[in-house]
This record gives sequence, structure tokens and C-alpha cells, in this order.
Amino acid sequence: MAHASHMHSNAAHEAGHDGHHDLEELRKFGFWIFLITDCILFSALFATYLVLKDSTAGGPTGKEIFEMPGVIAETFILLTSSFTSGLAVLAMNAGSRKGLMGWLAVTVLLGACFIGLEITEFVKLVEEGHNISSSAFLSAFFTLVGTHGLHVTLGLFWITALIIQLSRHGITPVTQRKVHITSLYWHFLDAVWIFVFTIVYLMGVM
Amino acid sequence: MLDKIKEFASWFFVTGDPLIYGADIAIALTTAAIIFVLTYFKKWKWLWREWLTTVDHKRVGIMYIIASLLMLFRGGVDALLMRTQLAFPDMQFLSPEHYNQVFTTHGVIMILFMAMPLMFGLFNIAVPLQIGARDVAFPFLNSLSFWLFFMGAMLFNMSFVIGGSADAGWLSYPPLSEMTGSPGVGQDFYIWGIQISGIGSLMTGINFIVTIVKMRAPGMTWSKIPMFTWSVLSSCITIIIAFPVLTVTLALLFLDRYLGAHFFTMDGGGNAMMYVNLIWMWGHPEVYIVVLPAFGIYSEIVSTFSKKRLFGYGSMVFAMMSISLMSYFTWLHHFFTMGSGANVNTFFAITTMIIAIPTGVKIFNWLFTMYRGRLTFSTPMLWSIAFIPCFVVGGMTGVMLSVAPADFQFHNSYFLIAHFHQVLIGGVAFGYFAGLYYWWPKMFGFKLNETLGKWAFWIWNIGFYVCFMPQYFVGLDGMTRRVSTYSWDTGWWGLNFTSTIGGFLMGIGFLFQVWQIAHSIKFMEKDTTGDPWNGRTLEWSIPSPAPLYNFATTPQVTERDDWWEEKERIAAGKAPKPQPVLEPIHMPKNSAIPFIQSVCWFAVGFGLVFHWLWIAIPGLLGVGITMLAHSFNYDTDYYIPVDEIIRTEEAARRSV
Repeated sequence: MAHASHMHSNAAHEAGHDGHHDLEELRKFGFWIFLITDCILFSALFATYLVLKDSTAGGPTGKEIFEMPGVIAETFILLTSSFTSGLAVLAMNAGSRKGLMGWLAVTVLLGACFIGLEITEFVKLVEEGHNISSSAFLSAFFTLVGTHGLHVTLGLFWITALIIQLSRHGITPVTQRKVHITSLYWHFLDAVWIFVFTIVYLMGVM
Repeated sequence: MLDKIKEFASWFFVTGDPLIYGADIAIALTTAAIIFVLTYFKKWKWLWREWLTTVDHKRVGIMYIIASLLMLFRGGVDALLMRTQLAFPDMQFLSPEHYNQVFTTHGVIMILFMAMPLMFGLFNIAVPLQIGARDVAFPFLNSLSFWLFFMGAMLFNMSFVIGGSADAGWLSYPPLSEMTGSPGVGQDFYIWGIQISGIGSLMTGINFIVTIVKMRAPGMTWSKIPMFTWSVLSSCITIIIAFPVLTVTLALLFLDRYLGAHFFTMDGGGNAMMYVNLIWMWGHPEVYIVVLPAFGIYSEIVSTFSKKRLFGYGSMVFAMMSISLMSYFTWLHHFFTMGSGANVNTFFAITTMIIAIPTGVKIFNWLFTMYRGRLTFSTPMLWSIAFIPCFVVGGMTGVMLSVAPADFQFHNSYFLIAHFHQVLIGGVAFGYFAGLYYWWPKMFGFKLNETLGKWAFWIWNIGFYVCFMPQYFVGLDGMTRRVSTYSWDTGWWGLNFTSTIGGFLMGIGFLFQVWQIAHSIKFMEKDTTGDPWNGRTLEWSIPSPAPLYNFATTPQVTERDDWWEEKERIAAGKAPKPQPVLEPIHMPKNSAIPFIQSVCWFAVGFGLVFHWLWIAIPGLLGVGITMLAHSFNYDTDYYIPVDEIIRTEEAARRSV
């Protein structure tokens, strides 16, 4: 039924339904442009990190403080959550609301694990005396990685809110668009993490 | 207890300066007057329902314009304070600390809280109407953008009487803007005022790109888009790339100040040059962001008042797009003297010179459009013509500054001040004034008084040259910017005094504009045609002011300058285009969330300025809750029934 109404709005659009634009398509396009701006935001942070990564002011370098096992675990968890958010979209396309909500819930759980590990890492560093005010390198490190973490946290709230909306409204053109957008956002954060992993951690310990 | 309150008040409020006490009284009186008028005339509900919660792009545009004109007044008063202080050597009018605050707030307000909102106001008024759309792509987001700008501007302005204003220059270079250089709250007001309004600007950029790309009337192919709309697109593309960098820069500065991070500090491995690079990666494109739409306005006005098609449409589009791209490769010319090395300086000198080429192309296009046109000299056209010589001189001195070795001489002097005021006032302010006069009847249904407008125009223009031409020379004589006073033996008095006279002339010009608006509201020359200038583009095909839904039926575009061609066809005795049948119109509902959410952002900013988490954290929670409330709201639109459209259209036609 919901699917049918979506079909209808598409058909109406294609028929040149004078000026009544397909709002859901418009919003998706807008979100793509938002992602460009977020990409630039991260680029500026990466650039800052690259300029400051050797400015340790006599403090430790990345090689001395990064603990790779935790980071590798985080990476696998986040990559898996990107996969499960893909499965959620597949379930939606198959019309399965249960499958969709289930896979979204798995995605949220994995994301929460990722954030949990990241917080553990940060707390450990701070306990060892390495905090945001220790050196320019650590300022840049905490800010870059923390900004990504903040994005992931925001995503967790967002997807949770979406699961509640799905339970209320089911799969409609509106919730479909929302699922597409959050999943786009989630994949984007995954891609950013690959850069964090490579530029901050791998290059840091090499 | 009383002592404690006194102690707090003397720290919280700025004290000890008669000018600021004057401002306190003015603010208190104005606030009281506004509250009294709204209560006496029972207008609170009207204000809330018709304005504060509106998502109509035309009303959002009008609110932007009102706010920016108020800011023009504030920034202008700052300018006159500075010019008064510099009128004579050894003046005791402003203390050096106060002078620092005044030039900082003047710069910030004029660029970010005057030029930007005036530009967004004109975007909102004209773009949807020009492309035959009923609205912008995201009306809710549009309202949110406005309120974020407004709250950011209020936060920044408040610092004048509460806590103290920023005084480290309009771009706040560290280490001066770090805790060591600026321990007070002024710098944090700066950061949060700009940060909050900057998020609004970024969202406006996204909104208008989607609007222009996706919502054009059927038939309006890329080569038929009106030039102002093209200029808005190029400006918005620049916005979405530049503003995230500003967000990051301000956030990093805030982390330095609030959490003791070391991005730009002198110790802890920080790198102050990083800030200068980052801020100009936003700051240089920013000047193109504000000037590109002005180029679009000139293009519309010059062709309308020459009754000719714009000369060189394709080259104009190409020039604007290449400017928006090239603006990213010139940022370093703002600090040639910082020792980046000869090769780097050479690269940025050349890119800066190259960017003059597309700009020159545009100047010739406007001249050729006027050539053999049937010109009429209404106020919008006057401002557009006055822009050309002004901008050419400003552009040429810009090329002088771009020569890196010569820049070592001009750098940081009044020569530079004269240059950028010439391009920003001559290019941007003149353009937005022209646009304001041009679209005024479309906004309000009446034209502004031409006689007073011409007075304003001439006084502004003469004042401009009297004010800024001497500054080139006093700059070459060695007067650096940001000095609060000088002595008799420098020989700078005559030029400075002349410049001050010019500044006050411009102030008088502004008063003429205020008088012009007040006079025109009282004795309005009602625009009964909807097309008072014999315009060329779609916004002139509908009644003035435009109905809520803009177009009763979506226009079918077949030509560039479609409305003009249609008028020509009708004049040649051909039948007008057939109108499609009326259908119910889909409209967005008003929403209180943008206003409430922006108030919450204001609380976040205010709390963080004073390190009062008991305000900031509830504010942040409010932001989150309003976001969720919007996300959970599925009842956001409605339809205007056909009989209501018919009634509105008939009423508009009756008043004709």
C-alpha cells in the first residue's frame, strides 16, 4: 500500500504534475550537498592534523600512545555496521518492515560499541596524562577523531528516532527517504573513518 | 549581598564609557518602545503568526532585509566613530581599547551581519520568483537559517554592552585572539555569534543550490536561467565549500580558548599561521560570495533599463563560474609578507591577477549591453552605472596589491583599506542597494520615491570618493590601519580630515535612504501593474506584492527573458501563451521550531561565552529536542484550494 503511494507520486512527477516537485527526491539531493560540506569540514580537520602531527612539544608521538588492537576492533565494528545498514535498505526494498527495523537496531548497537571503544581509548589516554591541552598534536588528534565520534553519536540518536518512526508509520515514501539518507550518512562516516584509520593511526605507528 | 550584586554587574555590564551608557539607554528605550507598540496595538499574535513562524520565502527575505539595514546602521555608526577619532591628530574621543572594539565590530558586522543577510534577503525575494517556483526547496530550513543568523547577530551585538566586544580585528588572528591576548569574553562572543549565523549561511547555500537545480519552471533550461539566479548559484557553490572551513576554524579557536588546546597558541607546538591560512581559505572566497550576486543584480538591471538582451550571456555565466572556482586559489595574497617564500608568493600573485580577467569580461558585457540601448536612469540603474567606474578603480588597485613585491609596501596600510572598501562598497553595497530599489515594488507593492533616491545616490557617491580616495594617499604616506591616533608631525591630518567629511556624507546619504523609505510608505506610488520597470524575467509577470503561492499556474518557459518575449509577442498581435487550468497548490505549513531552536542556540552560545554550563547544556538539550520534534512531525503541509486561488487572483487584478 505504502509502496503503491510512492509509485503514484513518481508517476505524477513524471507526468509533469505542474510544479509539485517530488519532495523526497529533493531532500535526498539536498542531503548529498550537505555531505559535500561535511566532507570539506573533515578535510579542514585532516589538513590541520597533518600540519600539526609532529608538533608534540616534547610530549609523546602517535607511535608511543596508539594501541592498534583496539583501533582495529573499532574499524571492523564500524565496517560491519555499514554492511548491516546496507542490509536494512535491502530489507526495506523487499518490503520487510521487521527486517528493516531489525537491521537498523543491529547497526545502532554496533555503532554504540564503536563509540564505547573510542571513549575507552580517550579515557585511557587522558588517565595517562595525554589530553587535548598536552600538545598541538594531541589537540589535533582529539579534535579530528572526536569530531568523527560526535558524528557517529549523532547518527545513533538519529537512527534510533527513525526506528521509532518506522514502528509508527511503517514504510512510506517519507520514512523510505529517511532510511536512505541515514544510510548514506552512515556509509559516509565509514569512509571518513577509513581515512582516520589510515592517516592518523596507520601512518602514526609506521 | 548588595556588594556582590554590584561587583557582578560591574563585571557583567560594560561600564565606564559615556558612549556605552548612551547605548544602554538607547537599547532600553527601543526595547520598551517595541514592547509598548506591540502590546498597545495587540500585535503580538500577528507578529508570531505572520512573521516569527513563517516559512514563506518572501517574508523571510523581508526579515533578512530589515535586520541587515539595522546592522548597516550599527556598522555605519562604528565607522563614523572611527572617522571622528581620526579627524584630528591626538584626538581623545575614543580610548585605544574602545577603538579596537569599534574597528573589529565594524568589520564583522558589515561583512557578516549586513552584507550577507542583505544578500540572502535578495536571494529569497527574487530567486524563486525568477525561476517560476512556488517556494525554495526547503522552506523550514530557510526559516531556520534566518533565525540562526538573527540570533548569532544579536549575540554578537550584545557584547557591546554585556561583557565587552571582541577587539582583535575582524578576522581575530591568534595569538592576539587567544586567552593570553584576549582574556575577556569578547572573543567568545565573536566565535559564537559568527558560528551560529554561519551554520545558517551554510544551510542557505544548500537550500538555494537545490532550489535552482531542481525547481525551475518547465522549459527553463540552463541557457534560459536569469542572470541573477546564475549568480546566486555560483555564490552558493562558493558558500558550501567555504563555510565549513570557517566552522572548523572558529571551533578550533574556541577549543584553544575553552579547553586549553594548542592549535594556534605560541606554546605547546601550536601554529598561528595555520589559523591565518584557514581563515582566509574562507575569507577570500567570502568576498566573492558577496560580490557575485551583485554582479547578477547589475546584469538584470542593466539589461532591463537598456531594454536590451544582456550582451554575452554565455561568457557571463562562464566568468562567474570561473570566479567561484578561482577564488579558492588566491587566499595567500592576504599575507604575502608572512614569509611563505618566493615560489608560493608568485603562485598566489599570478592567480590573483588572473581572477581580474573574468571580472573584466563582465564589465565589458555590461557596457556592450548599454551600447545602443534605450537607457532610462531610474535609481536602480544609477547605482549600477556608478558601480562600474568605482569597481574598475578598486579592481585596478587590487591588481596593484597582487604584485607581491609591491605588496610589501602597501601591506597593512590605508591603501589596502581604500581598496577593499572600494570593491566592497562600490561592488557589493551599491549592487544590493540597486537590487533593493529594483525589487522593492515586488516586495511591498509600491515604488520608492525617485527624487529622494537620487539625493541619496549622489550624496552617497560623492561621500564615497571624498572618504576613500584620500585613504590611498595617506596609505602611501605610511599610515597603517588600526591605529587609533597619530601626531601632527606625520602630515596625515589633511587627508584624514577630508576622509572624515566623506564618511559623514555617506552617513547623510543613508539618512536620505531612511527618509526615502519612510516618505514612500506614507505617500506610496502604488505599483498597479506588477511590472513597474517593464522587466524581462518571470517575477514581473505576477502581481505585486506576490501572492503567497507566487504563481497561480506554473509558467511554461520557452525563451530566455521569457516575460519580455511574451510581451513582445502580445504587442505583435500574437495570442498569449495558453494558461494551464488551476489546480490546488501544495504549500508548507508555518512552524515555530526554527525560532525556538534558534533561541536554544542563542542560549548555547551565551552560556559558552560566560562558561555558564547551566545555560549552555539546557540550550543544547533544547536544540536536540526541537530537532527530534521536527523529525517526528509528519503533518507539515497543506493544499490551497482552487476557489481560494481564484479569489486571490481576482483581488489582485481588481486592485490593478
